[in-house]
Amino acid sequence: MEIKAIMLDAKDNVATLTQAARPGDKVRCIGGTGETVESRAEIPVWHKIALQPLTKGAAVLKYGEPIGELTEDVEKGAWVSHLNIRSVPRDYAGEYVTIE
Amino acid sequence: MQFMGYKRSEGRAGIRNHVLILPTCACGSESSRIVASQVRGAVNIVFNTGCSDVAANTAMSQKILTGFACNPNVYGVVIIGLGCETVPHKALREKIQAMTKKPVVSFGIQEEGGTLKTIEKATRAARAMAAEAGLQQKEPCDISELLLGIECGGSDATSGIASNPAVGNLSDRLVDLGASTIMSESIEWIGGEHVLARRAATPEIHNQIIKVCEDYEKHLLAAGQDCRAGQPTPGNKDGGLSTIDEKSLGCIFKGGTRPIVEVLEQAERPTKQGAIVMDTAGYDISSVTSMVAAGCNAVIFTTGRGTPTGNTIVPVLKVTANEHTYQWMEDNMDVDLSAIIRGEMTIAESGEMLLGEMEKVLNGRLTKAEAFGFSDIAVDHVCRFI
Repeated sequence: MEIKAIMLDAKDNVATLTQAARPGDKVRCIGGTGETVESRAEIPVWHKIALQPLTKGAAVLKYGEPIGELTEDVEKGAWVSHLNIRSVPRDYAGEYVTIE
Repeated sequence: MQFMGYKRSEGRAGIRNHVLILPTCACGSESSRIVASQVRGAVNIVFNTGCSDVAANTAMSQKILTGFACNPNVYGVVIIGLGCETVPHKALREKIQAMTKKPVVSFGIQEEGGTLKTIEKATRAARAMAAEAGLQQKEPCDISELLLGIECGGSDATSGIASNPAVGNLSDRLVDLGASTIMSESIEWIGGEHVLARRAATPEIHNQIIKVCEDYEKHLLAAGQDCRAGQPTPGNKDGGLSTIDEKSLGCIFKGGTRPIVEVLEQAERPTKQGAIVMDTAGYDISSVTSMVAAGCNAVIFTTGRGTPTGNTIVPVLKVTANEHTYQWMEDNMDVDLSAIIRGEMTIAESGEMLLGEMEKVLNGRLTKAEAFGFSDIAVDHVCRFI
């Protein structure tokens, strides 16, 4: 079965499913690079699928921005969720701009 | 662009013409509810504080109460107090009268000799006020009189992908037409604050946006709370949002792309026209409360999982791009944006559609929450009761 997923930026390494996926489903990305990956898990609707193999500590990119880091290695086609990524504290000090 | 609204002697025009029955504190809330139920055209709010509070909480409560009274959708105000609260009815009335020329009367339950006597007097006053309110005619008002509050709640992954960008497009259209919008929920900028700050009209505003987020985190840490533990909510996680960063990066789309001209504290009235942001809680009810107190005359609210929230002073227009939620909770949802997800509607087209929907609400069409008469409020607080 072909499932559609939304890839928001070509830099992203995850895409958001618009239907639930089962292992073996072909997941076709709308937007971004338009690539297709094979699902390796039961992934609920609106959850994320890994578009490439990612290692523990790697930044997960959505909207072209980091949304957290992986707490385990995941394979291409794996389910990426709050169960295997965590938010990284901000470096606010580096975000202020100098006022002339 | 124009809408038919109620001109006020000061400030923006109203899109509704309510008589507001306003309790000074929790002890006045039930009497206010009964009075509002007796008078067509009157609405009440339930207030759960106003007594035994630290000064900072009292300051916040007073900003909310005076802000509600001054909201352009309010024709006049009937205040019901108890008598021993922090700011009694007479003091609150005088504060409001210093801010607005609209009719304001007040009663105290201890002074009047109990609930029934207070309700009788307040009901008679509210009836007289509602009768006068009925005489006020709607007049053409320029869209620049609109101050739109932008909110999201019960988000899922469709919010950041579709409904928030659609509302962001609406915000851009309104700002280009001369209206103003407020995006709040500063805890839901965290993780996307560097992206939001790029919209700042000045370097000072850039730094204010970063500081709001840094201070919010520090404030929660002082109470032993890591903001990353409470956000995203369990419902957000079930809906596919894994971290506060992911939620925030989706949330901030709803404020659009125009330069941010002002950063407001909670419930503070804007001094600028254009795209504005406000430092409020991520708790949607509290955030809407603060924006209504700041003078928003309408609110648009995106959701993924569906929420019933309404505010009695201001219509809340509920939009979702989750097709299942729209169909499953149709009696709470106003606009279906799921065509964006199906690839049948662009963000620009959805923004144009929302502008048409918003125009109808400005001209008097009731939103679903408004037709139910929902009156959700929550006042943010910084410390325990005394």
